Formats: sequence, structure tokens, C-alpha cells
Amino acid sequence: MGLNRRDFLRIAGLSALAGLGGKTAFEILAPGELEASEVPLPKGVKWGMLINMHKFDDALTKKCIEACHKYHNVPNIGNPKEEVKWIWTDSFHHTFPGQENEYQSEDIEEMPFLLLCNHCTNPPCVRVCPTKATFKREDGIVAMDMHRCIGCRYCMAACPYGSRSFNWGDPRLAPEALNPEFPQNPDYPTRSKGVVEKCNFCAERLAKGEQPACVEAAREENEEAMIFGDLGDPDSEIRKALREHYTIRRKPELGTGPNVFYVI
Amino acid sequence: MYDGGKIIIGIVIGLAILLFPFYTNIGKAAKAPEPELTAKAKEAGKCIEPKEFMTSGHMKMLDEWRDEVVRQADRYYKSDWTGEVYYKSLQVTCMECHSNKSKFCDKCHNYADVDPFCWDCHIAPEESDNGPQ
Repeated sequence: MGLNRRDFLRIAGLSALAGLGGKTAFEILAPGELEASEVPLPKGVKWGMLINMHKFDDALTKKCIEACHKYHNVPNIGNPKEEVKWIWTDSFHHTFPGQENEYQSEDIEEMPFLLLCNHCTNPPCVRVCPTKATFKREDGIVAMDMHRCIGCRYCMAACPYGSRSFNWGDPRLAPEALNPEFPQNPDYPTRSKGVVEKCNFCAERLAKGEQPACVEAAREENEEAMIFGDLGDPDSEIRKALREHYTIRRKPELGTGPNVFYVI
Repeated sequence: MYDGGKIIIGIVIGLAILLFPFYTNIGKAAKAPEPELTAKAKEAGKCIEPKEFMTSGHMKMLDEWRDEVVRQADRYYKSDWTGEVYYKSLQVTCMECHSNKSKFCDKCHNYADVDPFCWDCHIAPEESDNGPQ
């Protein structure tokens, strides 16, 4: 070993310089390439949803959830730790943390807020996905490509709304007593063991010109309970409703830009 | 060579055992299976592209479809051969005619020893014992 102190310091210094220059050089030659995933800007249509909590009761909430789960073959696992969630409910306290106060009416605190993927304008789940299995479509929908999901669950850690669920087992093996006649919709696939899933704003129904399943179910009872439409069009029904009502969104301070609005 | 006779007999027996599967199966090559068509598929008389193309290229087509549908929301396929437009869906469009998965898809897949994971998620039509409905 003929490495004296002078040589060692020289090699260490050069290595440090190369290390510092490496990333900078990469940024100059190929800017942005180091990012895990890019978020394209939405063009044209930009889907959004408004949920008017004044029009909801327990029965209507249940109807919406059933419509979605039936349409998308969402299994009921029966174990909250392995629950698969597309659309679900929670209390005010958990839905809008930081906005509760101790004098708040109990009605609002106990209201079952209908929760689903917010299809964020700046979705953190898309940023972290290593395979680009989850991606932002041009119409604003945060979609998932199950063919590419490797089940790393990075997106579940990134999502601040808990909108993503992991399939710990094969959904077709879900308890039969809780899932009579599963899968109920023969035109929509189930998922397989080891992928993450979530609400897709009914992209396949929108393609046929239909409203999302939950919105359709809610509007059968009350036209104003849920409004789905194009946020990019100032004359759309949802934009009119957003002008009329004061609405709040979930955790807007995080900068994700959620596109589901609540009237409370 | 010590014990030459025994060694040679051993080699002959060893070879006989080793080559057993080959000489017993001579002339008995498994024939490529003929996938069965349902009455509906027979009546239609044609698939969305020529039969030769579908036989050799259906997997490539399905692979392209799934990317186009999921990632580009491009859900319709225009066939220059039939001149018609089809909804790109294995589960809805393909299986509507070929509703006999076990006698249509599986026959060749088993023969070729391929195990596509389509059916982990996509739902195959139910088949009764008397064949597909």
C-alpha cells in the first residue's frame, strides 16, 4: 500500500469535487430529469365535484357508497386494517383537521362526510410513484394503471387524505358473507393481490358521457346533493354552484389543490 | 479397464433410463389444439382482424389496447379490415363472442405453457357444463 497522506488528500478532494459537479452537470444538461414524475398541466376539461352536506342523510350516504362499490367491484374485507376504500365517511374532526373548535355544533361534528380521492391539481401520489402507474390525466383525473402498479405503497404514504388502499389479499377471496355475488359488475375488472387502488372519478363512465356512479345515485334523490362537472368552464353547473355557496376543501394548506368541494 | 463389462452395462442402462422419455414418445407429438368457437363467434364469421393476425398477434394488440385505454383514454379501435369500430375491452368486447374461455383461450395457452395474468383482475364469462351460453 503506497498511499501516503498527500495522495490520499488529493484523491479525496477530487472525489468530492466530482460528486458536487455530478448533480449540477446533470441538471444543466437535462433539467428536471431527476424528478420522479412530472405533472402535466391540465388542458381543456378539468373535472371537479361538489358535495352539499345539507342534502345528505345516512340513507343517501349509504346509497352513494353502495352504487360506487357495486359498480367497481370493491370488496368488503371486513377488517378495518385491510379495508379497501373508494368512497367512505368520516367525522368533521378527521375530515377537516385544524378547523374544528370545541363549541362546534354536534350535528356538524357527527355528520358523515362523504370522502373520496380529491383528484388533486398537484397530486403527491403521482410525484412519488416509481413506475408512473399512477398519473395525472389531462382532464384532471388522477388515474391508476393497475398493469404497472408494483405495490410499493409509496403513494399511500404520500396521499394526505388516506384515499388509497392496498390489496393485502386477492379481492375475490374476500369473505363471501360480506360480499354476496362478488364481483357484481361483470363489465368492470376486480383488482389483484398486491396492487394499490382508489377512486377513479368513474373515468370509464365519463367516457360514455355518464356521471360518476355516486353522483348519479345521489342525484336520483336530490339534484343538489352532488354536482360533478367541468371546473374549467365558467358556465358549468358546478362553477355556478361554487359561486353561490361558500365551500371548503380538505387540507388546502398542503398545496395539493383538491378538486372535491364541500358545502357545510 | 477394471470391471469393464460392468461399467459398459451400467452406461447402457443409464442411457436407457436417460433417453426413456424420448424413445417412448417418438411419433406421438402432441398436436396443436384447435380452439373452439362459440355459436356466436361462428355466426359472426370473422374477428376484428384477419384470423392469422389474431392468432399470432392478439397478445400484442391487447397489450397496446390496455396502454391506450388506460393511459390515453383512447377507447375505440377502428379496424381497416372490417371497416367497423370496436370498444377496446378484453372483458367486454372480446369475451362477448369468445365466451368460452376454457375452450378458446386456455386450450392454446396451456399447450404453449403461457400463463397470462389477464384473469387475475379481468372477469371471464361464466361457463356452464354444457358449454357457454
